[in-house]
Amino acid sequence: MALSREQLAQRVAQELQDGYYVNLGIGIPTLVANYVPEGMEVMLQSENGLLGMGQFPTEAEIDADLINAGKQTVTMATGASIFDSAESFAMIRGGHVDLTVLGAFEVDVNGNIASYMIPGKLIKGMGGAMDLVAGADNIIVTMTHASKHGVSKLLSNCTLPLTGKGCIKKVLTDLAFIEIKNGKFHLLERAPGVSVEEIVKLTDGELVIEGAIPEMKF
Amino acid sequence: MAGFDKVVSSYEEAMAGLEDGMTVIAGGFGLCGIPENLISEIKRKGTKGLTLVSNNCGVDDFGLGILLPDRQIKKIIASYVGENAEFERQMMSGELEVELTPQGTLAEKMRAGGAGIPAFYTATGYGTPVAEGKEEREFDGRHYILEPAIKGDFAIVKAWKADRYGNLVFRKTARNFNPLAATAGKITVVEVEEIVEPGELDPDHIHTPGIYVNRLILGTFEKRIEQRTVRSDA
Repeated sequence: MALSREQLAQRVAQELQDGYYVNLGIGIPTLVANYVPEGMEVMLQSENGLLGMGQFPTEAEIDADLINAGKQTVTMATGASIFDSAESFAMIRGGHVDLTVLGAFEVDVNGNIASYMIPGKLIKGMGGAMDLVAGADNIIVTMTHASKHGVSKLLSNCTLPLTGKGCIKKVLTDLAFIEIKNGKFHLLERAPGVSVEEIVKLTDGELVIEGAIPEMKF
Repeated sequence: MAGFDKVVSSYEEAMAGLEDGMTVIAGGFGLCGIPENLISEIKRKGTKGLTLVSNNCGVDDFGLGILLPDRQIKKIIASYVGENAEFERQMMSGELEVELTPQGTLAEKMRAGGAGIPAFYTATGYGTPVAEGKEEREFDGRHYILEPAIKGDFAIVKAWKADRYGNLVFRKTARNFNPLAATAGKITVVEVEEIVEPGELDPDHIHTPGIYVNRLILGTFEKRIEQRTVRSDA
């Protein structure tokens, strides 16, 4: 079975470490916050200028001056700090964020990522995504392995305009956890009940399979 | 106005001197911390052919989006747009020029513009459409592109509190691009929710010193929320 959105978030959460500063993109990455392991302290960075993002507010707590990068109303966690956009991206570009999780349309064997534009269709802009992929060392891309029509999103070469070049090392799809190194995809784990053959079939770029590939554990 | 007193009493006075074809840098992220009344004043004035520098372009009937129907914006430099239908229509038809700029690069362009730094190298955008036509250089084995700074004829800023000298304090994430915009305008106009006397703000708590501010006006704000999100377990 392909992973659900919640399972994707759960698997990413297993990569968290105590004391991590983490930036979560919009969509599935946001859900990761729901699966921070008990007893672990993680601080969420929101690139509009908040470190220590809390949960969504109650009706009474809503404050128009307090939003996240997805423009949703939020609260501040204990120990939060607020800063301007240049300071926020100094953290990101300066490599101070321990883990970045974001979505993508395509990734390829050279670690290239396309996530912000579909020419002629979707031209809303990159927001902070280009800064995040260029600045962070530890990035996990979450995405579906293939389109609804079975077209692979793990390619030899990205076809869409790039968000970043040579910056992605880990990809978690609904079928597999994959590492990118030396110009190849390397299969690390497979979703429970998904065979290696299924993953091979839906991976366009060269995929290295070494030994028995374990199933993800939840 | 006398000495360091930056307070003006009307929005007309606040935006006096804004002319067709000028560049305006605006603070705000989404609809959070936008100088909403200064934007309304630009609409009322009917100034045209403007280049707007702002992270976003508002929604159809609020924020910078209200400058679209009368075609007041010629070009926008932003990181994320298209939260409104008229914007998309003008962009697709080529009536509106859009320069998509990574958010961190946009913030740094304003910061550099205000700090007298003409350009800077950044890894952001290397190997992407953003790098097209820009100088590339390698430092310690990593690739960077040269990004020019941005300065505005005007900067329009929303702060929370100010003293009459234009020392500014922002509130929560309404700070965002505002302190950077404030540094990068030849004329920086700030609207605030409260103005106090000099000496009433703790100097250690001032986010933007008054040296960057030319005009200051007291406003009232709608503060529209773009994505009202609440938790259900409350």
